[in-house]
Amino acid sequence: MKFGVIVFPGSNCDLDAYHLVRDVLNERVEYVGYDRRLLGYYDVLILPGGFSYGDYLRSGAIAARTPVMEAVADFADRGGLVLGICNGFQALTEAGLLPGALCRNGSLQFRCRQVYVRVDNNSLPFTTLAAEGEVLRMPVAHGDGSYYAPPELLQELDRNGQVVFRYADQDGRTNTEANPNGSIDNIAGVSNRSGNVIGLMPHPERAGEIALGSEDGLVIFKSLIGHFQNREVVEDV
Amino acid sequence: MESSLKALGFDGVHRVRVGKYLELILVASSRENAASLVEDMAGRLLSNPVIENYNYTLQEVET
Repeated sequence: MKFGVIVFPGSNCDLDAYHLVRDVLNERVEYVGYDRRLLGYYDVLILPGGFSYGDYLRSGAIAARTPVMEAVADFADRGGLVLGICNGFQALTEAGLLPGALCRNGSLQFRCRQVYVRVDNNSLPFTTLAAEGEVLRMPVAHGDGSYYAPPELLQELDRNGQVVFRYADQDGRTNTEANPNGSIDNIAGVSNRSGNVIGLMPHPERAGEIALGSEDGLVIFKSLIGHFQNREVVEDV
Repeated sequence: MESSLKALGFDGVHRVRVGKYLELILVASSRENAASLVEDMAGRLLSNPVIENYNYTLQEVET
């Protein structure tokens, strides 16, 4: 299988994502520039973290209107799997590919630390290898990570299982202390209605090696790899 | 900001909030045309309707 890592001017976790896929998971991966209108063949597209376009106007707002995002939207429409991390999550909400918005942290301060997130939907291609309610340790590093959705949308997300990750304590309890940015309902990551596009503020790609303090992020990438292995088996039959 | 203003003695200050102010020069065929272009820009890029409201004023300038 092959991953694509979208690179915007100002992306800075593109190398982390590329390194994890190539060197830790031994899968194929290519960078995809922001000015591309057509994609090659990819199984999964990653929108990495960073400060695309200097976060001018709103985080991810300019990135969301680049040529490559039209190609990403087409890819998603056809059922392609898209993973947005941090600034990539912000860009996906700005592009309308994910619901809600990310606002300035409740503390008004940049938050750079380890957090715990609980997997609240383990039936997506991104999370099948995680147990329901499994707690993952990953870093966050953002200033605009406070997830917001209006009440009616929030209910809809809950009803559809679109809340994929919530900030929790080590034992999986959601509370204010575990929430690094004031996100509504402790939401750390959501999916679109059909479950093929997800975004999260924490960095699974920076939690893929013991040397970095956690391997918990691997479950997302291994779920994706497993998804395509299973598909190939089915196709071979 | 609110506490800073209070520290300066402005005791009557409440609900301080920061917004964004954008200014641009636009070539348009009429006032109506300018208004419709501004609303289109506001809806598609300049504001995020999930979290922001906007209003605008138009002013004719010499080019």
